[in-house]
Amino acid sequence: MTQVAADVASYLKRRARWSPLEIAFWVFAFASIWLFPQKHLILTETAILALFALSLDLILGYAGIISLGQAAFFGLAGYFSGLVAKYGIINDPVLALICSGLVAALLGFVTSFLVLRGSDLTRLMVTLGVSLMLGEVANRYSSLTGGADGLQGVTIAPIFGRFAFDIYGHTAYVYCLVVLFICFLIARRIVYSPFGLSLRAVKGNALRAAAVAIPVNGRLVAIYTVSAFFAGIAGALLTQTTAFCSLDVLSLNRSADLLLVLIIGGTGYLYGGLIGAVIYKFMQDWIASLTPQYWQFWIGFMLVLIVLVGRERISGWNEALRTFLVQLASRVLGRKPALSAAAPDRG
Amino acid sequence: MLTILFDGTAYGMLLFVLACGLSVTLGLMNFINLAHGAFAMAGGYCTVVLVNRMGVPFWLGLPLAFVVTALLGGLLERTLYVHVYARPHLDQVLFTIGLVFMSVAATDYVMGSSQQFIQIPESLQGQFNVFGIGMGKYRLLIIAICGVLTLALQLILSKTRFGSRLRAAVDDQRVARGLGINVGAVFGLTFAFGSGLAGLGGALGAEILGLDPTFPLKYMIYFLIVVTVGGTSSITGPFLASILLGVGDVAGKYYVPTLGTFVIYAIMIAVLILRPQGLFARSSAR
Repeated sequence: MTQVAADVASYLKRRARWSPLEIAFWVFAFASIWLFPQKHLILTETAILALFALSLDLILGYAGIISLGQAAFFGLAGYFSGLVAKYGIINDPVLALICSGLVAALLGFVTSFLVLRGSDLTRLMVTLGVSLMLGEVANRYSSLTGGADGLQGVTIAPIFGRFAFDIYGHTAYVYCLVVLFICFLIARRIVYSPFGLSLRAVKGNALRAAAVAIPVNGRLVAIYTVSAFFAGIAGALLTQTTAFCSLDVLSLNRSADLLLVLIIGGTGYLYGGLIGAVIYKFMQDWIASLTPQYWQFWIGFMLVLIVLVGRERISGWNEALRTFLVQLASRVLGRKPALSAAAPDRG
Repeated sequence: MLTILFDGTAYGMLLFVLACGLSVTLGLMNFINLAHGAFAMAGGYCTVVLVNRMGVPFWLGLPLAFVVTALLGGLLERTLYVHVYARPHLDQVLFTIGLVFMSVAATDYVMGSSQQFIQIPESLQGQFNVFGIGMGKYRLLIIAICGVLTLALQLILSKTRFGSRLRAAVDDQRVARGLGINVGAVFGLTFAFGSGLAGLGGALGAEILGLDPTFPLKYMIYFLIVVTVGGTSSITGPFLASILLGVGDVAGKYYVPTLGTFVIYAIMIAVLILRPQGLFARSSAR
């Protein structure tokens, strides 16, 4: 091993270390199973949204691909998992979940070649076009998908044949949280690997990355496929926990909301999507209880405001807060601050 | 067959008037304005209020829709949009999607969520019969108005001083600025004018495209297709693209109704893959 390779390896190892704050985050997340049993329905949605946002962060925050079509993967896997459960093709939910993710990943792999070329606008149009096409297909083949009425009559078998889904969402929440955690671990492994490092190089400057022998297109295809897989898992989770799937899963609103989630939380570090999802979901819940019909207005208002104030400034607050928390945590635990592990990844 | 061609042309002309403002915005400032449809909707609703509620004649309603939307566009450009021009594309997308959401919800709040109809005068209803082809009078009017507008736009762009300034700014903003062209002012005017055209298109198209609060979302993709397929460097590109799109969409819905708009999206993606700069763009801008 050369000196450079050793340096990179030790750098990555240092970054990949779990900070106390991260551990606290997940301890709290799992503690919420017992802490807020009445809130499990909204928490389930939050966990799904967090996973979905994580999938977008992988391509937007780490690879720099703007996408308005992430709903395509979400929706495809949602319908797939609904259909296999309805017709009893794959009865085990976990197996169906993985299969749905793989189907979405296949679509991601095929369509990834479309986003390699062109500017931001072209990418936007192509990703948007793909999700609109899928929406059109789902609408036309209503005999299979139920069209505008949605896919009905889906019954999800108990997980591992033991834990049945209940109407309070207890099983669903634990299920989603565990899946989210596993996916998060995978994503964490990916972004702290040399592969993840090369992605950030591509995001920073694709031309230079190619000059230092990073296969740019191959890397983009790979991360797009992985991201589609995660988005698909999120979509399948939604169908499985609600036993329902409608055309709404493929809508533009879903992709646009997702961008908002990620912007609230901050792009380019893995907790952005998670924190954004929690804030977004509870904000939406709160606004919708104030004005049930017009909450979209305030969502739009938020977006405009965030851009006018400046995303950097908002993530700057995040950073300051995070630094403070890390120092607090390390003081409480009597350790040296492990700043590098929690600092956001800037490309 | 000819009826399809006729209807498609009317539809395409309408799309062109709706989208040409967007093409200039995109070409000039490299600004992705997803909220363009909101201006069209504003024009449509403005005409609805004027014609249906206040009894203004339809003929007067159309120019008023243009003026009101142009003013609205100019105002928003000066107050909000100027801050976002230099931002990355992601910010522009977020910003304009936010505007779309706000406009949708606000329209829903003020006007209700139901579909609106503009009362068009008796003299415009019915159709002519020419060589056995039924031509709707209203569609004929649309073709006439849009045709005149297109010619006027082409003349303004190619013959007037303002047109040459605009073209210079689109071609190379920095050099244009260096030559003493006030790019910001040119852009503000063009933005207002483009919004006004969108408003006029929205007013004209309420009859054909329908008008309800989700209009900006529903037609956003169409405008973007016109612009991306047509390219942003000239006015003829978007024009041809919108005629193609109009005829293609009408024909697609007529011949293969099961596929619906699927055909259009497929064509768009194919074009973007083969020619990312647009179908009719000059080989290279920069």
